[in-house]
Amino acid sequence: MNAPILKLFGLFLVLFALLIGMTSYNSVINAGAYRENTKNSRPQIEEQRVRRGVIRARDGTVLARSVRDESQLYKRRYTPEGGLFAHAIGYDFLRTGRAGVERERNDALTGKRNELASVLDQLRGKQRVGDNVLTNLDPGAQRVAVGALQGRKGSIVAIEPRTGKVRVMVSTPGYDPNALDTKAAADAPLFNRATQSGYPPGSTFKVVTAAAALDSGKFTPDSMVSGKSPITVSGAPLQNFSNAQFGPITLTDALTNSVNVVWAQVAQQVGREQMGEYMQRFGFFSDPPLDYPDGQMRPSGVFDAKSKRFLPAELEGVDIGRVGIGQERLSVTPLQMAMVAATVANGGVRMKPNLADRIVDLDGRTVERIVPEQAERVMSAANARKLTVMMSNVVREGTGVGAALEGIEVAGKTGTAELNIAQRINQPWFIGFAPLDSPKVAIAVTLENVQGPQSQGGLVAAPIAKQVLQELLG
Amino acid sequence: MNARNRELFALIPASLLVTAGFAAVFIQRDELLSDVSLTYGLIFLALCLAAHLVLRMTLPDADPYLFPLVAVLACFGLVMLYRLDEDFAREQAQWFVVGLIVFTGTIIALRHDHRVLERYRYIIALSGIVLRFTLPHADPYLFPLVAVLACFGLVMLYRLDEDFARDQAQWFVVGLIFFSATIVALRSDHRVLERYRYIIASVGIMLLLMPRLGNPVNGAYLSFQLGPIAFQPAELAKIAIVIFLASYLRDTRQVLVIGARRVMGITFPPLKHLGPLLAVWGTAMVLLFVIQDLGSSLMFFGAFLALIYVATNRISFVLIGLGLFALGARVLYAIRPTIESRVDAWLHPFDDKLYAQDPGGSYQIAQSIFTQADGGLFGRGFGQATIQLGDNPPILPAAHTDFIYAVITDELGLLGACAVLLVYLLIIERGFKTAMLATDSFSKLLATGLTAVLALQVFVIVGGVTKLIPLTGVTLPFISYGGSSIVANFILLALLLLVSDRARREAQAR
Repeated sequence: MNAPILKLFGLFLVLFALLIGMTSYNSVINAGAYRENTKNSRPQIEEQRVRRGVIRARDGTVLARSVRDESQLYKRRYTPEGGLFAHAIGYDFLRTGRAGVERERNDALTGKRNELASVLDQLRGKQRVGDNVLTNLDPGAQRVAVGALQGRKGSIVAIEPRTGKVRVMVSTPGYDPNALDTKAAADAPLFNRATQSGYPPGSTFKVVTAAAALDSGKFTPDSMVSGKSPITVSGAPLQNFSNAQFGPITLTDALTNSVNVVWAQVAQQVGREQMGEYMQRFGFFSDPPLDYPDGQMRPSGVFDAKSKRFLPAELEGVDIGRVGIGQERLSVTPLQMAMVAATVANGGVRMKPNLADRIVDLDGRTVERIVPEQAERVMSAANARKLTVMMSNVVREGTGVGAALEGIEVAGKTGTAELNIAQRINQPWFIGFAPLDSPKVAIAVTLENVQGPQSQGGLVAAPIAKQVLQELLG
Repeated sequence: MNARNRELFALIPASLLVTAGFAAVFIQRDELLSDVSLTYGLIFLALCLAAHLVLRMTLPDADPYLFPLVAVLACFGLVMLYRLDEDFAREQAQWFVVGLIVFTGTIIALRHDHRVLERYRYIIALSGIVLRFTLPHADPYLFPLVAVLACFGLVMLYRLDEDFARDQAQWFVVGLIFFSATIVALRSDHRVLERYRYIIASVGIMLLLMPRLGNPVNGAYLSFQLGPIAFQPAELAKIAIVIFLASYLRDTRQVLVIGARRVMGITFPPLKHLGPLLAVWGTAMVLLFVIQDLGSSLMFFGAFLALIYVATNRISFVLIGLGLFALGARVLYAIRPTIESRVDAWLHPFDDKLYAQDPGGSYQIAQSIFTQADGGLFGRGFGQATIQLGDNPPILPAAHTDFIYAVITDELGLLGACAVLLVYLLIIERGFKTAMLATDSFSKLLATGLTAVLALQVFVIVGGVTKLIPLTGVTLPFISYGGSSIVANFILLALLLLVSDRARREAQAR
């Protein structure tokens, strides 16, 4: 009977080999997929065991820290300053998942470094500890910006032009991250209007048109264009604001007074190819290169609501004249418009915007410094300088006087996107930068659905920009 | 070196390493030191030694490796259970390794500072002496195997909490009493069992039917409330049924083979003797329908087929049996929602509806797989598995019984899990070796059956936990929490050792 016993043993060897094979599949071969399974909450629980790093403002103010609860897990707490930056910082909770910087910098905050370092730490018995993140955010200016919006829905973004450091990122209404409710609510408080809202840019887009006009070599600031209103653009009449009449005027004057018919003609003469080219250079049509989760950003551009797609400017059906004055189906984020202003301020070079400044370990050593990075040269320094002078005229004597600061020259452009002409509901805008010679801050301000005769960008958005610029430069 | 000395030697690494581990633990958290926790280690060692002495006196020629291997598994199981119920120090496991390397020096250095350690100096001394005399001839492979597992096992035993483990330790005492009693009772000749085969078979079947009086757990009738103890009679019944089958097949195997005839290319057993076999099949089917647990039925029927095969060397008999079983299982699948939902959960563990379904959904198996996925190649170390958060319901249910293998995979990784499976394979190898050494048919069949039923039990539960086959709840022998399982498996071990003792003695006489 020994032969069958041996065969039986052989059978069990095979069966046990199957067990080992299945264990290998579960624990090693397919483990990655299982760990990413949405029903698997273990990786998240695991991360809550690690003391998550602190998130600080640029002046060292603590925005978010972790405290340990009774089940030995760390729970995130946000300071009042952290609450001010609720959209930029985001949140991190086991129940709700994570967003914002908490999500983007999760590896650093949970102390996840490269494999080798982790293994070495484990061998040395070092417990994993999260690194701290120092951001570029400025609580003082943020507080002023939130205050200036006076509870109205809108967004403000301020960037350092030379470095791309994001100093202010406001989206109102805000929310309290310590009492987070992810259920859909009125006015979508969790929605980051600075990066996720697509608004019509109004006349602020003329800065993009002007950049294309100058840098393509087809126009100079002194080029004369007729300002007679109305004209026919793409088969439909186009008027100036309040149907104001101008004779032949320079591009500088046309920007100062925001003359629609001039910029529509300029855009048409620059042509759709070049308009598209310059929009692309400014960063339109793709997610901004901000260190922020992809799911919380959207591109800017000509957006077709029906097909839910961005249309290239080269497309025949796109009314390039109206694109040139910020109409058509243009849909832009406040962050994109702040980047436009920052690019002009930085001599035509667009910098990659950054929320984080550096990653610091528990002992204060810098683990990683986020160095300013050039995204793209949009136009020549000389043309950027010319455009700067044109924009400074807007604030000195044009529609943007509301943003003028005492002793500091400001360059800018207002915008008033008409949402409902009959009820006078507008989307007021202001984009700009200061000081003129060596710009330290670029800003974009916009508000949703402001009603009434006093709802133009110059009257509503420019004074807000002034307050924030004053705080940042003061 | 004779067999018993080899066995004693194999037990020594356990005592050696448990002491070293304790030393390491002292270093780590000496303010939490308490006599009570230390006693667990001591009790376990004492139990192993006592059992060894029984073996030494009664079965001098029995296979020397079986008991130490089982001791290792048992220690390991105890430790895993302790661990499930405690708030733990993270770096403990690493300290154990350090502690082991410097254990001798450390112990001598610390002895004067820690009064409690003095109790161990005799063990240390004894271990030292025995090591010096026995080390030169030691089996080079068993030592590391036993050492690693025993080290982890016994030291964890010390650092973990009461509850499950206290019960389990008590059950080990009971199990070892049964173990010793079995050996003492059958020491002259285990073949007296043959005389009582019908009684044994009836007792076995009655045991199986007992839970029907109680309430089903997860749709299966598996346990029976005996005063304060929840008793799982299937564990004992499996031994009774193997004894009966071994005995019955010894009588009929010749007839089954000689009278067989071929019909359409398949060899059928003679009709006259097919009756009892059909009766066994019928019993298995009835059991399947009565206890409604595919796992136990598979175990019983698998052991039956293994025995038929070994007794007759006819693969066709096995195929016929498998076909009949599949038929029964198919019918049951169609009429019993419990079985059906288990199969569905096995096929689609991440299906939203099945996952949310409670009870009987796929939550358990999905969590079991997630637990294993956390393990990786090397595991996360003792105490690192995510089983439960605070007082919430556990994330991985039944971690101490059905899913203990998932916890092992998580904490010790693929390598640790393979090591555990390897220890089982070594036990199975020793079991089949015993069967091959035995000279009479009954002993051969008995050893084969007992080994097969143990191996099948491991396969059914580990296969279920790893999603190789649908999950059915049986225990992982010697490791899972559960009194009936411990007692029954110790009796099973005693029987194997009895067969082995006689076989080796006869082999030596020849």
